Amino acid sequence: MLTFYGKSFESRLMLGTARYPSPEHVRNAVLKSGAEIVTVSLRRESVGGDKAGHAFWELIKALEVTVLPNTAGCHTAREAIKTAEMAREVFGTPWIKLEVIGDNETLQPDVFGLLEAARELSAQGFEVFPYTTDDQVVAGRLIEAGCRVLMPWGAPIGTGKGLNNPFALKLLRQTFPEIPLVVDAGIGAPSQAAQAMEWGYDAILLNTAVATAGDPPAMAEAFALAIRAGRTAFLSGLMTETDLAVPSTPVFGTPFSPFAG
Amino acid sequence: MVDLAVVGAGPMGLVTALMAARAGLKVAIYERADDFSASAGWKAGGMLAPECEGETSDGTVVELGRRSIELWPTLVEGVKVDGTLVIAGRRDPGMLDKFADQTEGFERVDSDQLAELEPALSGHYARGLYYKNEGHLDPRVTFTRLKKALDHLKVKFHFGWVGVLDSLPAGRVVDSRGMGARDRFKELRGVKGEMALIRSHDVSLNRPVRLLHHRHPLYVVPRANGVFMIGATTVESDRGDVVTLRSAGELLTQAYALHPGFAEAEVLEFNAGLRPALPDNNPVISVGERIVAVNGLYRHGWLLAPGIAEDLVRVIYMQATKVIHARPSQR
Repeated sequence: MLTFYGKSFESRLMLGTARYPSPEHVRNAVLKSGAEIVTVSLRRESVGGDKAGHAFWELIKALEVTVLPNTAGCHTAREAIKTAEMAREVFGTPWIKLEVIGDNETLQPDVFGLLEAARELSAQGFEVFPYTTDDQVVAGRLIEAGCRVLMPWGAPIGTGKGLNNPFALKLLRQTFPEIPLVVDAGIGAPSQAAQAMEWGYDAILLNTAVATAGDPPAMAEAFALAIRAGRTAFLSGLMTETDLAVPSTPVFGTPFSPFAG
Repeated sequence: MVDLAVVGAGPMGLVTALMAARAGLKVAIYERADDFSASAGWKAGGMLAPECEGETSDGTVVELGRRSIELWPTLVEGVKVDGTLVIAGRRDPGMLDKFADQTEGFERVDSDQLAELEPALSGHYARGLYYKNEGHLDPRVTFTRLKKALDHLKVKFHFGWVGVLDSLPAGRVVDSRGMGARDRFKELRGVKGEMALIRSHDVSLNRPVRLLHHRHPLYVVPRANGVFMIGATTVESDRGDVVTLRSAGELLTQAYALHPGFAEAEVLEFNAGLRPALPDNNPVISVGERIVAVNGLYRHGWLLAPGIAEDLVRVIYMQATKVIHARPSQR
């Protein structure tokens, strides 16, 4: 069971809801993948009045899955805090996926602004899911700030470049065995998601890889299968890699072996 | 008393009225606003690009759009069928191949062929996709021409009309109110689009050009006298009347990226509108005993209006009473 802030889930796949051809595709992707958590953005959609994105948000609510609102598009802690407060009102949840972007080209998190916003929001009773880099020290500080989930990137948002720094991601897993870890960005293919799950990651958050696929619902299903495969492999205990060949069937001493008498 | 009252003077309403009037029905048009500028179609690009729309739309839109391109020249003058050119920036080389995978009806062009099609882009792009059967029209000019054609057929316009559909003095009613029909279509939502009009003395294009981009895809549609329509953002928002600084910046930056010559263009207009959309972003025709409602044309008003209008007029003649999706199979 996957547990975030006391809530448990069967599915380890989380879906973003942006960039799909239509809301109907979002719905079908959720159904086909069995995803139980979806993220939704509010920043740009709320221009022109707090409820401007209302109609789309209602469709998301109608999916009857857990909604994790995000602060995508925010570049300062203050902006992110304001968006989180609005999200709590719109979706009636203390959950917030916290994004504070520090660089417009790479959409790399501004970890300083992130930490500041995570502290403030945790103090206000929010349950924060911070989108962060794979930096160990920042991860530790976010946990000190009250975060009980970490969402490190695999690669920059929307690039599909996969798990760019396996060393750092594996180390993060070893350093924080008790904290749920979700790879949040950069995943392009189901094999990459399976890889992270084999390393012991708790869940994968996807958006672009599914939304821009030729058949988004089918791709969501492919990811769900890969994530289940990776998780099962992790729990089963992977074999140890060696440099020397080890035959799976011993040949020494069998009747047809050249060494037999 | 008329045979048919059309409510909503957007592309859908006007084309339906024209086809019905040509079929011999006595028609009147009712519009809430004082002119055509409240329609989503007023701010549209006017691209007739069923193949390119196949990237994100299903077969319904592609098939209806192909049918509509054949019908447009029978309705008004000025519809151009010179194709669409699709290109990608240097930093997004893979996007052109992906776009090709998701669409049909194109030929690949190299830098020489591209320069022949669009001399202004010569040297800027190494390859592209050319959709030769696609077209475009100027929405605002087309509104005027449709009005003229309807005036000629003695179709009466009632602008600034506020009233109840049920009490209209007509045999049948077509409800083509777009965003105004939320009372009928509960799942209808607005999807905001922002656009700009610019005038350039340095760049000229023969046809709509789409620039693929990992973050901000853009299209530029040439209009008369050096004017270009630049569009369009897509935001899941129900407030359609504001253009944000970020959107304006994205649109202009991308136009400049498409061709540096646009740097000296004049900005004539920024505008925003709401595309009426249903959850699957496909159109729907809902047939009642007296009222036939059509909606959900999303960003495809000009693209789909003739094909859907043909279906609508047939429904009106058949007196059918059921909900159907506008599909070519129901011809």
